[in-house]
Amino acid sequence: MLEQGVGLDEAGILQVLRLPDDEIPAALQLAHEVRMRWCGPEVEVEGIVSLKTGGCPEDCHFCSQSGLFSSPVRSVWLDIPSLVEAAKQTAATGASEFCIVAAVRGPDDKLMKQMRDGVAAIKAAVDINVAASLGMLTQQQVDQLVEMGVHRYNHNLETAQSFFPNVVTTHTWEERWSTLKMVRESGMEVCCGGILGLGETVEQRAEFAAQLAELQPHEVPLNFLNPRPGTPLGDRPIVDPKDALRAIAAFRLALPRTILRYAGGREITLGDLGTRDGLLGGINAVIVGNYLTTLGRPATQDLELLQELKMPVKALSATL
Amino acid sequence: MTVMVYCERCGEPGRHDECERARALEPPRFCAKCRRRMKVQVVPAGWTATCVEHGTMHG
Repeated sequence: MLEQGVGLDEAGILQVLRLPDDEIPAALQLAHEVRMRWCGPEVEVEGIVSLKTGGCPEDCHFCSQSGLFSSPVRSVWLDIPSLVEAAKQTAATGASEFCIVAAVRGPDDKLMKQMRDGVAAIKAAVDINVAASLGMLTQQQVDQLVEMGVHRYNHNLETAQSFFPNVVTTHTWEERWSTLKMVRESGMEVCCGGILGLGETVEQRAEFAAQLAELQPHEVPLNFLNPRPGTPLGDRPIVDPKDALRAIAAFRLALPRTILRYAGGREITLGDLGTRDGLLGGINAVIVGNYLTTLGRPATQDLELLQELKMPVKALSATL
Repeated sequence: MTVMVYCERCGEPGRHDECERARALEPPRFCAKCRRRMKVQVVPAGWTATCVEHGTMHG
């Protein structure tokens, strides 16, 4: 793998996910070496913001933004000046990526107009790559996002195909795959990951990593369930920290050349020390600052850690 | 001094250890004075929470 850059198959991934505790450090070390060989020491830093929060018609069982659950999250829109300010705050951390997210099944005309105005305003004011995550797209919407200058599109498969119907019933895994295919063919970069700890088996975790490897996304955001009050998964336990570390190593070994990003849930699953373990175990990208509806640790803590680990923040010029 | 009547996380009366721990990584969702659900906007470096009756908090 170190020489060829070819990822583990599903059986190999499953073996890593089943490693005994005392073999986890070696797996993380190998994952780190693979990351350094195929991706280098740089770490891609990103900020994310919710353009349209809450009131989503879909029933993703982990999500506090579904309008179908008794979650306390209310519907709210971010105005353009605040969006630009959020992009400026993100750029000030040295981040090269700013992802605009909306809690929708797919964008309507109002959201597409807000995106058009917002992306133009950001590009006029801030030097940063703009990514988007707006749910399922039509071909016309894909083309419009390309025209706006959105360089990467996030659409998570969330979990293994075999487990997806346990997590979402209002749309299918295959519908998500179809959007991802259109995004790839458009020339936008594909960002696709998911959430661990939804109740999937370890075999389904391996299945999911293999399915991501088949997709070959530019970026895989790895989330750990942060159980949200009022959602169907609100009472699920958080992922065992050792299982989280096994998963980090396994996903890196499945996807040697992909940007593997620490996303939501790392703080409650792994604590502060977990960020270090992950960055030395295959992770090469982080979301800094807050998430969409929950808070992260301060960006300065992650940036100081990167400095300590001698992992440079990927510069904007390196991403163009 | 403001006396907190309702939990800003779950909206129930009083203070709750679990909610207070969770609040380290969550913005408030309920107005502590009147229990209304607030409009909350999280951005990378902060958050605002607005109660229609009692105004906006920042964090």
